[in-house]
Amino acid sequence: MKKISFKLNGETRFLHVEPNETLLDVLRDRMGVKSPKCGCDNGDCGACTVMLDGKTVRSCLIFAIEVDGHEISTLENISKNGLSPLQKAFLEKNVFQCGYCAPGMILSATELITNNPHPSEHEIKEALAGNLCRCTGYTPVIEAILELTKKD
Amino acid sequence: MAIPYEFAYERPETAEQAIKLLGKYGKNARILAGGTDLANQMKQGFRVPEILIDIKNIKEWEVIKMVNNELHIGSLVTFNDLRKSQLIREKLNILFEAAGLVASTGVRNRATMVGNICSAVACMDSAAPLLVHEAVIHTMSIDGERAIPIQQWFIDNRKTAIQDNELVTHVSIPIPEKKYAGAYQKMMRYSGEDLSQSNVGVLVLSDNKYHVAFGSVGPIPKRSLKIENLLNTKGISKETIEEAKAMIETVIAPITDVRATKEYRMHMTKVMFERALKSAVERFKQPKLITQ
Repeated sequence: MKKISFKLNGETRFLHVEPNETLLDVLRDRMGVKSPKCGCDNGDCGACTVMLDGKTVRSCLIFAIEVDGHEISTLENISKNGLSPLQKAFLEKNVFQCGYCAPGMILSATELITNNPHPSEHEIKEALAGNLCRCTGYTPVIEAILELTKKD
Repeated sequence: MAIPYEFAYERPETAEQAIKLLGKYGKNARILAGGTDLANQMKQGFRVPEILIDIKNIKEWEVIKMVNNELHIGSLVTFNDLRKSQLIREKLNILFEAAGLVASTGVRNRATMVGNICSAVACMDSAAPLLVHEAVIHTMSIDGERAIPIQQWFIDNRKTAIQDNELVTHVSIPIPEKKYAGAYQKMMRYSGEDLSQSNVGVLVLSDNKYHVAFGSVGPIPKRSLKIENLLNTKGISKETIEEAKAMIETVIAPITDVRATKEYRMHMTKVMFERALKSAVERFKQPKLITQ
């Protein structure tokens, strides 16, 4: 057991972890943060996406002990003060069915439009390539991002 | 899912501390950088280290820099670091191109290029670009440092020339003095996140010199001096391209697996070789190195 501390959605948290605990498990089972989901558990599906120091990562492939001293932000952080414009756009277009992939999709899309406010369709597809959806929801997701980010 | 067994974890602050730890544990230790391969291998029980040595606090290994006429890429440089680097964009367009095709953004934010060549899975994307640029891999251990040319690095699928007590500090890539341009082709089942079924790297150098390497079509990535000699002596024409494509049959040894059949890999590698060659030649003709 090692005591670690890291910022979780803006708040400094302390806890004891074993080296073999993944960040995904610790977030979900020990810290009550339920937006990251376990899909494939090997980094392919993107359902477990969280932000580590501002970049999207796969929390199933990171050991909790590694984030000691770092900053984690999850979907819960994005909607702290209400829905973000991106979330509103997704809601209006009804882009998700079951919603399992939604937290990962929203984080990946948020990272994209933060770095690139007016992405092309290709850039959107590229940015979301690692977020799999099994309800065939890709087209409305891409359309919603395009409409939100189009130049006036 | 947690890893179903216990192991220790250390995060040294300096290179000296890291090699000391590695010297102590040897083959029972694994170096942890991005961990995108290692965590999976541990979940599957393919690797069962007693201790993980996390090197991410060793800041000197995060750097991409020019040292004289060599470009140095530290062992902590991720694929997205490569994509964001102006130096890589300007000097190593083939690596820039390949880095953008590795998995997905979320993986590229974490996975390192050095981790890629240390895992040495046959379908890796960094090998062909590093082979055509004649990169050198620099290792460190309590016994000292070694510089291993990439031609001697890959031994077998998932096996490299690294010793149990060594870690990689950086990769150095000599930048040609005269004009050059590279191109990378990767075949995937779909555009987006996928592993390569076959990949080809071509580097065109001044004085009609060519470097050619293939990946994912044999246990280790392979540079072909035979094909290079043909192109170097006969130049580029419709006939030599056909001759080189026929030669590929004797150079690569693809297998059939879940991603493609060996026949399909063989056929497509020829097609991709031609595309990569033509694209590299086209870029070579431009006044400035083109990057995607």
